[in-house]
Amino acid sequence: MTQQAVLQVKDLHKTYNGNQVLKGVEFDITKGQVKAVLGPSGSGKSTMLRLMALLEPADSGEILLKGSRIGSREHKGKVLHLPERALAVQRQEVGMVFQRFNLFPHLSAVRNVMLGLTSVKGISHHEARAQAREMLQKVGLDNRADHFPSELSGGQQQRVAIARALVMNPSVMLFDEPTSALDPELVGEVLEVMENLAESGMTMIVVTHEVRFARRVANQVTLFDGGVIVEQAEPEEFFTNPQHERTRKFLSHVH
Amino acid sequence: MFFDPNIFFEQLVSVDYIKGAALSVAVAIVSLILATVIGFFMAIGRTAKQPYLRAPAHFYVWFFRAIPALLVLLIMWNALPQMIPALRADWFSPFIAASVGLGLVEAAFMSEIIRSALLSVDEGQALAGRALGMSPAKVMIKVILPQAIRIALPPTGNEFIGLIKYSSLASVISLRELLTTAQVGVNITFRYAEYYAAAIVYYLVIVSILSFLQNRLERKFAWTSKTAKAKKSADPAVATQVGIS
Repeated sequence: MTQQAVLQVKDLHKTYNGNQVLKGVEFDITKGQVKAVLGPSGSGKSTMLRLMALLEPADSGEILLKGSRIGSREHKGKVLHLPERALAVQRQEVGMVFQRFNLFPHLSAVRNVMLGLTSVKGISHHEARAQAREMLQKVGLDNRADHFPSELSGGQQQRVAIARALVMNPSVMLFDEPTSALDPELVGEVLEVMENLAESGMTMIVVTHEVRFARRVANQVTLFDGGVIVEQAEPEEFFTNPQHERTRKFLSHVH
Repeated sequence: MFFDPNIFFEQLVSVDYIKGAALSVAVAIVSLILATVIGFFMAIGRTAKQPYLRAPAHFYVWFFRAIPALLVLLIMWNALPQMIPALRADWFSPFIAASVGLGLVEAAFMSEIIRSALLSVDEGQALAGRALGMSPAKVMIKVILPQAIRIALPPTGNEFIGLIKYSSLASVISLRELLTTAQVGVNITFRYAEYYAAAIVYYLVIVSILSFLQNRLERKFAWTSKTAKAKKSADPAVATQVGIS
């Protein structure tokens, strides 16, 4: 029984300034799966996420959401990238959490979470506020709803960022090194929120350096290196019995 | 007599001076609005990727930063009507010529202020907005502009004060603004000290009020819950709803 992939990339290529960052990546995730993506800096894992979130156009390859092509379309054998406004609509299905949170500093926490609902989904102010508060409660920040990002700790800001992405009801949540910019004491509260999210059945792709989290929460662990996927396996297999030399080398640095 | 306080105080409260001051402020307001609108599009043009958008913007900024404001005013009032008959009509007043002329010049400077304000907004902001599915227009209006405005406020306040003073140039095109009022009075009475002193007082009062208003406006962009809470707790119904304790 093969479940249709929620998000899938085929033969993805991306070059920045003459530097080939993605060299033909094949990756997919099915509903309810949690996949952790590990790898050294510059290996292309964050780039893959950004391309999946349609924040940047791929040079070649396909991105499929629930089987349909997004980000580009084919016309008479040529690949045409969709214009910004069409991309904006497609992006609603993919939630993204950034390493540096990127909260809107001029809005309070609850308004940060509301903005997507009011300006993208056209939901009324009143209804949006209710949904936003509920989401903030889920991440444990209901009592900070009216605080501004500058008044929140890094861990709190990231949790608001997660709420902001979640409230849009995406089909898949992408996390780009969500705890890398946090002080160690604050990492736990964010990972806890993510673990709860995973347990509730959200489809998640998490690029992370938090190996213990990956081992505990992920259904599959993927190793990225040099613009390609080196190995993909279930956590126990991956960590105790890695198949590839590159994986073994990577893991030797980790513990 | 060196300084006649009676003449000074008489002019200080005279209708002529009040009207002149109002006109100076009005010219400054209209030209700032014009300058901000034109400046915004020039700023977008300067940062655009397409050359056909960049070139006109570059040209505009280059041209109007070079030409003295006084010359622009003289051209607006004297040279343009010479070439464009429609501008010889009555509706083309010194006020319009001054406001538009100063607006055109100031736009070149506003475009640089706006451009640097837009550039200084963290690029992660647009990224986050787009990731939520916001259209480019929504990203600009709801995410980028509020942050850019905060950054642009202090230098813009500066420019506004500058425009109040630049309005005095309009005396050469017979606009009865503040300084012209003093000049006219002086030409009749030769009481330089009193009339100029009155003008000084008016300029000081105007700029002081503007600085105060600018301060108040900047506080609205402080983005802290303390100011927001102060507003909300004033409304008991809202305070209980959001659970402030």
